[in-house]
Amino acid sequence: MTSSRFSVFRAGISFVMMCIFYTSAVDSPELSPQTFFSTLQPGKATLVYFCQAESPRTSMFLEELNEAAKPLQDYGISVAKVNCVTEETSKYCGSEKDLMKAYLFRGNIPLREFPTDTLFDVDAIVAHVLFALLFNEVKYITTLGDLQNIENALKGKRNIAFSYVRAIGTPEHRAVMEAAFVYGTTYQFVLTTEIALLQSIGPEDIEYPHLYFFYCKPVLDLTQPCRRILMKESLTTLNIHRFIKTMEAPLLTEVAGDPRQVSTVHLQLGLPLVFIVGQQATYEADRTTAEWVAWRLLGKAGVLLLLRDSSEVDIPQDTNVIVRRAEEDTQVEFLALSHIDLIVFHLESTMNIEEMVKYEDMEELNIEIQDDEVEETVYRDRKKQLPLELTVELTEETFHATVTASDSIVLFYAGWQAVSMAFLQSYIDVAVKLKGTSTMLLARVNCADWSHVCTKQNVTEFPVVKMYKEGQNPVSYSGMLGTEDLLRFIQLNRISCPVNITSVQEAEEYLNGELYKDLVSYSSMSVLGLFSPTMTRAKEEFTEAGSYLKGYVTTGIYSQEDVLRLSSKYTVTLPALLLARHKEGKIESIPLVNVHVQDIVQIITNASLETFPEITVENLPTYLRLQKPLLILFSDGGIDLQHEKTILRLAKKKYLDSVTPCWLNLKKTPVGRGVLQAYFGTLPPLPLLVVVNLHSGGRVFAFPSDQAVTKQNLLLWLKKLEAGLESPIKVLPAQEWKPPLPAYDFLSMMDAAASEHLAQKVPECIKETDMHESDKEQPDDKSATTEESIGTLKMKHSSRSSWFEETKKPLRHDNQEL
Amino acid sequence: MGLSAAAPPWGAPGLLLTIALHLAIYLHPAQAWAPVHRDYCVLGAGPAGLQMAYFLQRAGRDYMVFERAPVPGSFFTRYPRHRKLISINKRYTGKANAEFNLRHDWNSLLSHDPRLLFRHYSDAYYPDASDMVRYLSDFAERLGLHVLYNTTVAHVTVNKDRGAWNGHYFILTDHRGQAYQCSVLLVATGLSVPNRVDFPGSEYVDGYESMSVDPKDFEGQNVLILGRGNSAFETAENIFGVTNFIHMLSRSRVRLSWATHYVGDLRAINNGLLDTYQLKSLDGLLESDLTDLAIVKDHKGKFHITLKLFVEEFFNQSSEAIPLPQDNNDNFAMRVAYDRVIRCLGWKFDFSIFSKSLRLSSGSELSEKYPLVRASYESKGSRGLFILGTASHSVDYRKSAGGFIHGFRYTVRAVHRLLEQRHHSVAWPSTEHPITHLASAIIRRINEASGLYQMFSVLADVVLLKENATTFEYLEEFPMQMLAQLETITGRRARHGLFVINMEYGRNYSGPDKDVFFSDRSVGHMEDAWLSNFLHPVIYYYRHLPTEQEVRFRPAGWPLPRPSALHHVVEDFLTDWTAPVGHILPLRRFLENCLDTDLRSFYAESCFLFALTHQKLPPFCQQGYLRTQGLVGTESLRQHGVESGLLWDSATMGQHQGASDQQPGDHGPGGHSLAPGPPVSPFNSNKEEL
Repeated sequence: MTSSRFSVFRAGISFVMMCIFYTSAVDSPELSPQTFFSTLQPGKATLVYFCQAESPRTSMFLEELNEAAKPLQDYGISVAKVNCVTEETSKYCGSEKDLMKAYLFRGNIPLREFPTDTLFDVDAIVAHVLFALLFNEVKYITTLGDLQNIENALKGKRNIAFSYVRAIGTPEHRAVMEAAFVYGTTYQFVLTTEIALLQSIGPEDIEYPHLYFFYCKPVLDLTQPCRRILMKESLTTLNIHRFIKTMEAPLLTEVAGDPRQVSTVHLQLGLPLVFIVGQQATYEADRTTAEWVAWRLLGKAGVLLLLRDSSEVDIPQDTNVIVRRAEEDTQVEFLALSHIDLIVFHLESTMNIEEMVKYEDMEELNIEIQDDEVEETVYRDRKKQLPLELTVELTEETFHATVTASDSIVLFYAGWQAVSMAFLQSYIDVAVKLKGTSTMLLARVNCADWSHVCTKQNVTEFPVVKMYKEGQNPVSYSGMLGTEDLLRFIQLNRISCPVNITSVQEAEEYLNGELYKDLVSYSSMSVLGLFSPTMTRAKEEFTEAGSYLKGYVTTGIYSQEDVLRLSSKYTVTLPALLLARHKEGKIESIPLVNVHVQDIVQIITNASLETFPEITVENLPTYLRLQKPLLILFSDGGIDLQHEKTILRLAKKKYLDSVTPCWLNLKKTPVGRGVLQAYFGTLPPLPLLVVVNLHSGGRVFAFPSDQAVTKQNLLLWLKKLEAGLESPIKVLPAQEWKPPLPAYDFLSMMDAAASEHLAQKVPECIKETDMHESDKEQPDDKSATTEESIGTLKMKHSSRSSWFEETKKPLRHDNQEL
Repeated sequence: MGLSAAAPPWGAPGLLLTIALHLAIYLHPAQAWAPVHRDYCVLGAGPAGLQMAYFLQRAGRDYMVFERAPVPGSFFTRYPRHRKLISINKRYTGKANAEFNLRHDWNSLLSHDPRLLFRHYSDAYYPDASDMVRYLSDFAERLGLHVLYNTTVAHVTVNKDRGAWNGHYFILTDHRGQAYQCSVLLVATGLSVPNRVDFPGSEYVDGYESMSVDPKDFEGQNVLILGRGNSAFETAENIFGVTNFIHMLSRSRVRLSWATHYVGDLRAINNGLLDTYQLKSLDGLLESDLTDLAIVKDHKGKFHITLKLFVEEFFNQSSEAIPLPQDNNDNFAMRVAYDRVIRCLGWKFDFSIFSKSLRLSSGSELSEKYPLVRASYESKGSRGLFILGTASHSVDYRKSAGGFIHGFRYTVRAVHRLLEQRHHSVAWPSTEHPITHLASAIIRRINEASGLYQMFSVLADVVLLKENATTFEYLEEFPMQMLAQLETITGRRARHGLFVINMEYGRNYSGPDKDVFFSDRSVGHMEDAWLSNFLHPVIYYYRHLPTEQEVRFRPAGWPLPRPSALHHVVEDFLTDWTAPVGHILPLRRFLENCLDTDLRSFYAESCFLFALTHQKLPPFCQQGYLRTQGLVGTESLRQHGVESGLLWDSATMGQHQGASDQQPGDHGPGGHSLAPGPPVSPFNSNKEEL
């Protein structure tokens, strides 16, 4: 097929030569035939347009032609226009009807004729002209056999740049032709528009143009295949240039000296350098590794082998890889990577951020893979049988009767909503734990079924938990959506809040936890309000605060005549609060002066905070509200008593007021390891003290590991921190949370479809030349036309085939590793 | 005592006289000249009138419905003539969701009373019209709607008054001469005038409204039916088993509702005649302009079709002398003589009672039978005059369901919401939520909302973003063509961008000549969602409220102006758009990219990790976890999370020494651990739109 096409092409030239005497032509902007003829220089290519009359279509074409003049000039090709109206008609002018033609001359020899429809824009003009001129340098093929023939013929001789473009005349085709103009003598360029051919080479996504570099020159054994490298970037002139340059560069360079000073072509091309740090003793192995990495990173980075022994630079002991970025101001990175893949990963993960958005890459990001952990886990758990029967499912008919008949907790959820379905599991866990013990009815409403019930209960988002008690307004649960917290809420709701204490004896029992023994484990603190019987307003305010905190804190009220016995015992003036911390067995008293509901709530909430709490997933938000830097003692297991003592003592003396001291038990809160890893990169030896300044600047400081955690050391360190004398080990990223992945851009797809629809009309308009029945006379033009329509057809086919491509997709993903 | 005893003999007649005089002089003029005032007057106690009365009643407004018949829905006491309603009464859907079930209940009106659902009134899938009458009476009675029966409003005019809500009052005069002064006039009189075509011989034609419905009257007859709508086919259906043949003549081709997706076109339940025509059983369909025709009656009483032209030329001559087309053209299709000609050409709006001052005019050529209204159902001529129900169908004629109960029950509600805002400062109802609930709010509505589903491409839900897009307001069933006027109509602010949620059929899928069964008609993959053909949700994102100009000059075939970004939720065979990956995930990505944020949900543990390792938190952690409302999850869910690689796994800790920012659990901003790729260019970036 290829060879026949080329021989036809030659025959075409001889035909056009016979017509030479009819030529009347012009040089740039607009010349007379005579001057044009004289200006034609031997060997110089000229694109000439013979125009009949101005029409909107021709003027559009002329605009594109004008614009193409400059880039063509760069390739030594001039552009001219001959006005057939003012001059005597010539063969080239054609008849009125086919006025849309341009001719390419080399010297005064016409090489090729183009219907202007094929030259629809600048890219198409440049691509077509170069394609015609470089027909030896760029071989057009259609089958895998063609490719194999070329490959075999060039083994040991030349390397090949093989590219697939979607159609002739496209921007990527132009880019390939421009590259071929420069590198065509060095490498054999091979071009195809056949999707099938591309498919037989690699499993990549075939919707986009591709360029492969075939290393055939080093292949001496003809049975061996040429090594193929795929260019990952989109096909633009610059990218191809850069890619070929890196293909030319030596695969691996051995260097000595300072990595900061070394420069290769990669840096100039904006690619990073990767130094594999080796040593003389293991030279062979290091070199093999480096070569392996070099092949992996070919086209992405320059790889160099740096022998530690030969370099005078101080390289950290555990470093095995050094990365130097192309940007001037960036520092050299010393890395200790355990696996070759990590080098690639490290480079790619940072490179991607620098890269510009290209739609070609969209396919690689799999926007169809679930990246929402709640959605995904609920989906994976969908087949699990939950003991739903432990809760009562309410319907439109039963809802009202049920919640009025008994005290009930109702979960409002929607079967399709992942967060509420995840919570449903915790809810069922609560039901399991309460089974047979609770007077509270656990019920649920699936709002996907009983939409009106939910709307009537003012539930318009999910999940929502409400507690219905006789004679009271329903209360919405506002705690953590988890088993423990909800269980505590239900248990603490068993008693009224504040509970009315009737005697001093009972008050003492209440304070020491005897009164509600089984609730002590749920509420580590009991609050008792002391009021003299006449303090009506204060009692009201406290009662309201108590009912607000109901389910979260146990509150009680005592306002008998003998209340003074209690106030004098705890040396406080009325009205007052007594706070009993059951864990510590301490009772604290706070006088209430002129306080409103919110203030009381605030006092109790603050009082429930501990001085040196163990921080957990559940309680972190409560301590973050203090808006202070966290002083965290990371501990693998229980806390070191000595450390605890030290910190408590400092806290007591108010030395730690500028921070929130806390500790984290990695056994109980394993995610703490993730935190440490983010701070240190690896797991540091524990225990370890860290200050995290979350609210201003996100700086993380580590207490020096070589110092003992003593009062003096700690104080000194904190002082240095405050004075800004310590440097952070890590600054937490401050980026906003952006969309993790792009969305389908349906608007663009619709636009593309609309313009494709328009573009499809263009080939339809291509007029077959008068002599088209004789292939020998108009050969090249004809083949260009068919190529183009095949190209368009192919595009259409591939977009249509994706309609039912789903079944194939998973397969493609599996193969994505080359 | 004597005096008082003496007084009555003359006193009583005097008093009576006075009363009589008073009645004569004052009372009667009072009826004529001092009209009764109502804030809202509703004309017609059909389904639309009653529906509006219901909403006015619930809102506690001063209103009155005027009905000339003694019962509501009097149209249904006679029509359809063959008594079978073609609005479906689907009693079973397999779902409990009452809102969803209204998607398949075409007869019920909206109310809070579940007893007033039509399925309690008929078991038939195509119910009997008398059940509708019974239903409407119950509806009016049970809800205690104020309807003035037996009151024919004979004349409506307008009286300028600066103090009136709309600068004028509508003055209604009934057949007794009683006048009513109304601030707002809601016309729900339906289409009550039969369409007639005037041509020579049209006097021989039986009208649908008066023809016989007894098949016996048509036995062995040749019947010609004029028209090709549901009434024409319904008539044919009734008699085609006993006639010799039926010919059906209409101006344009038959439009099948399953091809046009318009319920007003020919429904399959009535299309028996198409079957017999195409299966060569003598019946047939013809297309010709009725106004060119004439009917000539011969001496045997049979009817012949000829051209108006011929009749006019030979007027004054006996019918036998009038030329027939077959005289010249001996294979003329309708050369056979007919025993009967029946006219089934539908109805039009009765403009006669409205004074010119109301400037109530008829619609364009296509929807001539309807009065012209804006997309808010307000008359273009008079502020405060709204057209409801079937008569309001010019807004979506041949597109959606606004001319039918299952459509206009929602448009009536929209009009009522507009009125509440305009006259009582009650803003359009809305709910406000944190932004993390946006996808859920949309998913809920597209899966159950009946108003969106029935009034597709007419009523749309609107999401108004609040400042910084951390919260949003959700408004239901807004007339989408009025989008530019949203702030005035709803009393809500739209200053920070908005989403419009609409339901649409695929472009180019509906039409009388479309093959709706072609093999590639359905789309399964979400990337091809924009090619969906069947009714599916489409979401428009606008950074700014479109202007009136933009709405008016929107691209051809678009229900709204070109948005900043657009999302199609792929069509679903079950109309169940709750698939986590197929439906919810692409929607979330769309919303994320419009809002330029991360809308994923996270377990409390992940939020904990982010809280200690990032300066900023994703919205879900901010709005949940940080307010101590984090999602804790269970051990089995956690296990799945670790297996999927999405959740942080303590077991693998320490293995990836060095690559600190990229362990699987960390999917922080910028780190695409799952699918490494370039940063995303959100729709929100200010790049030039085409």
